[in-house]
Amino acid sequence: MSHTTMNLNLKVWRQKNTKTAGAFEMYRVENISDEMSFLEMMDILNEQLITTGGEPVAFDHDCREGICGMCSMYINGKPHGPWQANTTCQLHMRAFKDNDTIVIEPWRANAFPVIKDLTVDRSAFDRIIQAGGYVSVNTGNAVDGNSLPIEKSKADEAFAAAMCIGCGACVAACKNSSAMLFLSAKVSHLALLPQGGPERKTRVTNMVAQLDKEGFGACTNTGACEAACPKEISIANIARLNKEYIVAGLTSE
Amino acid sequence: MTFKQMFTSSVGKKLVMGFTGIFLILFLIVHAGLNATIFANDGGLMFNKAGHFMGSNAVPRILEIGLFLGIFLHIYQGYLLTLENKSKRAVGYAVSYDKGSKWYSRSMAILGTLILLFLIAHIYHFWTPSRLGGMAGIKALVEVEHNGVRLHNLYAEMDLVFTNPYIVVLYVLACGSLGYHLAHGFQSAFKTIGVHNKKYHAMLTSLGYGFAIFIPMLFAIMPISFYFDWIK
Repeated sequence: MSHTTMNLNLKVWRQKNTKTAGAFEMYRVENISDEMSFLEMMDILNEQLITTGGEPVAFDHDCREGICGMCSMYINGKPHGPWQANTTCQLHMRAFKDNDTIVIEPWRANAFPVIKDLTVDRSAFDRIIQAGGYVSVNTGNAVDGNSLPIEKSKADEAFAAAMCIGCGACVAACKNSSAMLFLSAKVSHLALLPQGGPERKTRVTNMVAQLDKEGFGACTNTGACEAACPKEISIANIARLNKEYIVAGLTSE
Repeated sequence: MTFKQMFTSSVGKKLVMGFTGIFLILFLIVHAGLNATIFANDGGLMFNKAGHFMGSNAVPRILEIGLFLGIFLHIYQGYLLTLENKSKRAVGYAVSYDKGSKWYSRSMAILGTLILLFLIAHIYHFWTPSRLGGMAGIKALVEVEHNGVRLHNLYAEMDLVFTNPYIVVLYVLACGSLGYHLAHGFQSAFKTIGVHNKKYHAMLTSLGYGFAIFIPMLFAIMPISFYFDWIK
């Protein structure tokens, strides 16, 4: 495959902190290799800004291999950019053409306030997990893995839900800024397994209550979250969450 | 969890939308079925008898109260949710994300508003003259006699209202809005009330699209049939 380089115009959201209003700034980057990752291109932009005495663009990143859920850019009108089932760090510059203008925005939701530039505060997700996204009953020492019989299909479905990396793309993609795909993944992966059984009612009750406190919107099943999710979490999990919630609501004390 | 919490949380508000939505879907079946009696080609006799039953019998009159409550809740909760959801993103995007979802899924409030505007006209055309005709200066319907019972001639009223081409166009456009509203609403309502099993989900999705095409088309063909005198 031939190797090409490209020159790009970047329209990047710059915002000093949570309190000040932000605005777009235009930048030009040159000789960008099509084999670079999107974040490497952002690194080059920042090197360029530092050498010319400017302020580098703040953006979240950590593992750069698509599993940590830290990167969070809204690129050309889609969370994590144009590719399907992909995180920003795994997006490569071959997705773009020479002289393209790329619009880069932070996740936009009141529940995810901008800390600086493209970095947003996603601690709301941590507090939702803290409200019940774990098993707290005493389970004793580690037992043999095969002593708990679980159907293969159930285990697979639970694993597919547990794939959620909590990046927040679902919230960014949703017209309602709803975090229901995230919450449903966290509720589902435990609801499908026997270990999640003892606390299933309190879990869904407390996690939904925390979600509402954080100021996310309600789900209208448009499907945008599922389409933008880098881990392809199924929207069917939201229906399962709703079922869990109804059962908890009708049968709790 | 108290019932109040259950129906006022973000999931709960959607439950109200889902349950009232399914209730209104059931109403559409009854309404379309009763109206289909105009195709009996008996000069509207069967239709007028059906209309007389709906207006004079206690059972449909009591159910009618439930219907109005259901419609009101669906509209009120719908607007409340739309405004609340909109308020969750103070700063919007420069480039909007519209590839991941269908336009009608994102436009339920607008489609619902169009249906509401139509509903006001529709109630004014038929419900008010039939139920309140003769009172407070509201036009009374012409009556016909059948086996000694005096029936409102709603059939003649339909024939009269649908001589106006603008009203026919309004009704047909409203049926289009209803179709798209149902195309999202039908399957979404069942997801909201917790149906996640793959087999039911597939079944309800196809059924939803079928319903969203068939019922509005059946409704739309009624004013058209009167306008072009296809029924006698």
